[in-house]
Amino acid sequence: MTPLELNQKSKKAQTRQEFWKGVKAELPLLVGVSPFGMIYGVLAIGAGIPTGAAQAMSSVLFAGSAQFIAAQLYGAAAPGFVILLTVAIINLRHALYSASIAPHLLSLRPGWKALLSYLLTDEAYAIAILHYEDGQQTPHKHWYFLGAGLALWLTWQASTAIGILLGAIIPASWSLDFTLALTFIAIVIPTLKDRAAVAAALAAGITAVAAYQLPLKLWLVLAALVGIAAGLLLEKRK
Amino acid sequence: MKIWLIIVLGGILTYLIRLSFILLFGQMKIPALAQRSLRFIPPAVLSAIIFPELLVQSGQVNLSAGNLRLLAGLVAALVAWRTRNAVLTILAGMGALLALQALL
Repeated sequence: MTPLELNQKSKKAQTRQEFWKGVKAELPLLVGVSPFGMIYGVLAIGAGIPTGAAQAMSSVLFAGSAQFIAAQLYGAAAPGFVILLTVAIINLRHALYSASIAPHLLSLRPGWKALLSYLLTDEAYAIAILHYEDGQQTPHKHWYFLGAGLALWLTWQASTAIGILLGAIIPASWSLDFTLALTFIAIVIPTLKDRAAVAAALAAGITAVAAYQLPLKLWLVLAALVGIAAGLLLEKRK
Repeated sequence: MKIWLIIVLGGILTYLIRLSFILLFGQMKIPALAQRSLRFIPPAVLSAIIFPELLVQSGQVNLSAGNLRLLAGLVAALVAWRTRNAVLTILAGMGALLALQALL
């Protein structure tokens, strides 16, 4: 083997190693993600979304909370623009991840940037950013991100499919629609880290109940804005 | 038909949000107010869904002890707060609701 071939071989081995390290780091999070995927599948079928569309939403949107809300709003016959507006608002936080991880992806080719952007979810970001900021200068960290992102993607598609199958079997008397509220309680409680976040949650919740009669499900957007304003106000006083 | 439009347009929106700074790094900055607002989006939007799910029953606000979903939701919130474990939270909430429905 020439030195060049040797060098290429070791590069391949390194990228493969980074990829599998990324998959491995993602595994503990997948335990928590799979029940959400299944619950989404069950709720989507319960909301009257056809099987193919329910699965397609998991691969095209690939965004847990937004999919839950879109399915619920669709089931409640909300207009399309309200559903899209709500999806955009709930996914805006990904702009923060995009800004935070962008400096690490600067030297990558456009194809890599396009692919990793698609995989930039809460759970993949959490794992990838830790690796990028571990202080070690290795050239193949994007393979680690890819491994984490693909592991999550596959798990999300598979657990959605299982949920869709279950959704067709489970009778309505099991009150499984209640898992939506429970899922969100499980996600929201850890975000209540200070008084400002608690104020945002309470103000939004109370507004939602008070404005529940508003047409077109617009109370959801209104409540979100009131909640964000309340959080900002309380934060300022510190 | 409508659901496919939501999937395609929602997918494009979500993708553009994720791509934004990765594509435009160095040419674009998040305004300070927007940056501070972003962290309040999850608690605000999720609570806006949770509260009516627990409190509104057939169009009426129900704060009484006969509201089983409210009771089960409080059990779930307590478990979420103590354990930070999503699976336990969902199991506790579902268990509480089904037990209350069977008992009452």
